Amino acid sequence: MEFLALYNYWVFAVLLLIGLYAVVAKVNLVKRLIGLSIFQGAVFLLYISMDKVEGGTAPIFQTADGAGVFSNPLPQVLILTAIVVGIATTALGLAVVVRIREEYGTVEEDVIEDMDADS
Amino acid sequence: MTLVFGVFLLTLLVIVAVAIVRSTNLFAAVMLSGIFSLLMAVNFFLLDAADVALTEAAVGAGVATVLFLSALALTAEHEQVRPGGAALQWLPLVVAFATGGLLIYATFQNPVIGDPNAPVHQHVAPWYLENTPELIDIPNVVTAVLGSFRGFDTLGEVFVVFTAGIGVLSILGLRHTLVEMTSAEIDARQRSLRHHLIPRVVGRGMVPFILLFALYVQFHGEYSPGGGFQAGAIAAAAIILYSLLEGDDRGRALVPEWLLQIMVASGALLFGGVGVVCMLLGGSFLDYSVLAEVPSEGQHLGLLLIELGVGITVSGVLLTVFHAFARRASR
Repeated sequence: MEFLALYNYWVFAVLLLIGLYAVVAKVNLVKRLIGLSIFQGAVFLLYISMDKVEGGTAPIFQTADGAGVFSNPLPQVLILTAIVVGIATTALGLAVVVRIREEYGTVEEDVIEDMDADS
Repeated sequence: MTLVFGVFLLTLLVIVAVAIVRSTNLFAAVMLSGIFSLLMAVNFFLLDAADVALTEAAVGAGVATVLFLSALALTAEHEQVRPGGAALQWLPLVVAFATGGLLIYATFQNPVIGDPNAPVHQHVAPWYLENTPELIDIPNVVTAVLGSFRGFDTLGEVFVVFTAGIGVLSILGLRHTLVEMTSAEIDARQRSLRHHLIPRVVGRGMVPFILLFALYVQFHGEYSPGGGFQAGAIAAAAIILYSLLEGDDRGRALVPEWLLQIMVASGALLFGGVGVVCMLLGGSFLDYSVLAEVPSEGQHLGLLLIELGVGITVSGVLLTVFHAFARRASR
């Protein structure tokens, strides 16, 4: 199964590509934020894929002396906090989008730009 | 077998992501992104990251979906379709494919998944695994690294969450922009599930158990997957579920806003305060060993307190953000 040994990384690259496309190409601001969360998910997957150790298990000791093979706890800690920070920043983005909708009556970026150009 | 399962789930992840981007119905896109998060959580679990899987399931599939839906209620449910279709834009597509292609090209130099000799497993990680039993004396190394070895980073993350909560409040939560709807109005505008018997009965029965699970995850985080971040998200999800079923006004009666504001601030304060107490007792900032006679007991006490602080702030911020969206009238 040598061929599939890098499969996680390929999925990471493809998800990043999809997220990047959504962020750049979509004009609907809510859709952009969804694209951003796909992009974010791709990065999470990259980090968590790196933590796996063959034959290892989740880094929680079964015995008092901590014997056994464990996966790397460090990427897990980074991503654990990043997920919660990610939702907090997404909420902030959504709040800005809601305010934009109240001022402009739309969340389509090209329409907003036209309105700005006209005024 | 696990390999086949993993490949299947990862492939599903890509399919769901494509469906999210292609769908012009934003409601469908948000629902699909909930599925995306849940699939991601299962993948994390297969990759031995139980703590992260728990967080992703609670935050990504639970809270994020609700927040996106509340934002949709205030904006528009459909993407505007441009005349002439404009389904694909070529320049962004080329840029995205070029980036993706480069990344895939770069992966061929990566160590294979699970390689114990990969550089990432050679640096500080073995040190954490070796020294956790002696220095911290708790089984869950993720909690040990999160709370103690890298407690300073976590304090920073908590303050980022705190700041984001303040940010949402200052954008959406200003008193004069909020609507005070009476119960009758909420009923008339169908802004709750009060009239739907089955979700109400089933959902209300689940709320206490979700809260109980949140408490378990909070206080058992040193011994099993869990901790403040997960517990805060799960507790917030339970109250949000109650608010969705019974209406936002009853949700706010259950956990009043003044309490939420105190929670948001006091959790972060508790975390920072533990650090300062450590300094006053003669140790370094966030060095819990000085909190008790035996260093490892001091670590236990410190971890319990800071995880509590994290849980209080995270659940407070998520609920505050939810109410800020839910109380705003859609124009």
